[in-house]
Amino acid sequence: MSELTRADVAHLAGLARIDLSDAELDKMVGELGIILESVATVQNAPIADVEPMSHPMPLVNVTRADVVRASLTPEQALAGAPEQDQQRFSVPRILDAE
Amino acid sequence: MTQATTEATVPYEEALAAYDPVLGLEVHVELNTATKMFCGCATTFGAQPNSQVCPVCLGLPGALPVVNEKGVESAIRIGLALNCEIAPWCRFARKNYFYPDMPKNFQTSQYDEPIAFDGHLDVELDDGTTYRVLIERAHMEEDTGKSTHVGGATGRIHGATHSLVDYNRAGIPLIEIVTKPMVGAGERAPEIARAYVATLRDLLAALGVSDVRMEQGSMRCDVNLSLMPTGADRFGTRSETKNVNSLRSVERAVRFEIQRHAAILASGGSVTQETRHWHEDTGITTSGREKSDAEDYRYFPEPDLVPIAPAADWVERLRESLPEPPAARRRRLQGEWGYADLEMRDVVNAGLLDLIEETVAAGASPAGARKWWSGEIARRANADGRDVPAYAAAPRRDPRPCGGVGVVGHQRPTQ
Repeated sequence: MSELTRADVAHLAGLARIDLSDAELDKMVGELGIILESVATVQNAPIADVEPMSHPMPLVNVTRADVVRASLTPEQALAGAPEQDQQRFSVPRILDAE
Repeated sequence: MTQATTEATVPYEEALAAYDPVLGLEVHVELNTATKMFCGCATTFGAQPNSQVCPVCLGLPGALPVVNEKGVESAIRIGLALNCEIAPWCRFARKNYFYPDMPKNFQTSQYDEPIAFDGHLDVELDDGTTYRVLIERAHMEEDTGKSTHVGGATGRIHGATHSLVDYNRAGIPLIEIVTKPMVGAGERAPEIARAYVATLRDLLAALGVSDVRMEQGSMRCDVNLSLMPTGADRFGTRSETKNVNSLRSVERAVRFEIQRHAAILASGGSVTQETRHWHEDTGITTSGREKSDAEDYRYFPEPDLVPIAPAADWVERLRESLPEPPAARRRRLQGEWGYADLEMRDVVNAGLLDLIEETVAAGASPAGARKWWSGEIARRANADGRDVPAYAAAPRRDPRPCGGVGVVGHQRPTQ
């Protein structure tokens, strides 16, 4: 596995909207590198004769009829919101996005 | 007003003399199901903010999605109407991104296993020629919440201090229909783009799967455009103009981007791969965010939804249930009614086809029905500032022998 670089971590932090200082970036490169290495040991599992699998249960087509069910009330929906305004969730402005 | 600087353009004819446009269109269609794609919340347009939400579409911990069967059925019918192959087995995927319009921090979509793929749609142009648009794929996904930006001018993000989000729209079933790149359209690229979206809209309306109201956002178009030097075979860098939401704007946006790209390339510059915002008022596009690579979305199979495997006999039943394609229907009706080309075009553009068909079925002569709806009723509609179909009352058989146009019970619209 190729080495995790500082630029990789900065890119991921950008995607996750996390602002990291230079010191934090350096720290994360080291810590994430160790985590990736540890997880990579799973690649040693003997899988030559195992089909790739995304779902453990052999099920398909689990669907429901197109029938309306009760929603939450707006009060219930907003109960956990740190901030709200005009019956809407109030969120920080996202910089450099659309 | 928009503060964006206007970028250089070159005259359209000059751009076309030097470059071949390559056009791709992505159309998002909101299905008209009663409930959302993965939960039982209602989808009614214009409801009170956050009144049609539940733990699933709010992404609350522990909530589990279940697929709307009607959503899958509509996706398959759309795929079949677009002459696509239907996947015998496909999965949903998580498209991961961090933006507050999706409280789950991912959109449930499909990645490399779309439910429908490799189709085509024949598009009739104004001069009567037909252009075949190849369809890459049609896949199932869900709409996002609606953000209102506060503190900036005119609700735009620029200058905003914070945003308010209504999640009623989050989770409404969407079908994304993607064309293959259209090469060789030349100067007709804007016209073809418009005609494609118009034809697709008619088709979806005939299928009855969506309201297809571009002005309400239930059908939205993204325009991908690049230029390559005339005669070249390698595509240039493309821009993706988002949310071009009227037929006229689709045509204008393609035309503008051709002129803008040509100006950049002609001056020796290179086009930035990015999303662009379309400005209806000024008819230009401005720079949006840089386009993320697919790998940045870290797609992976959605573990909470099992695969969809449409049974072959179900797909065949759906195929048999498809309505007559709109273009074929128009040709048939024109032949039956004996309308001149111009008369037929006026009738179609005014949205009178269904009304006249019903009126003729109720016993009126085709000529009489056309005169009635496009004459008297159109005059009143025009005076009231309404569309003619808003006046529709069920045509009834006129009891009088050969009596007039055979329409009685004309209803005054309720104001």
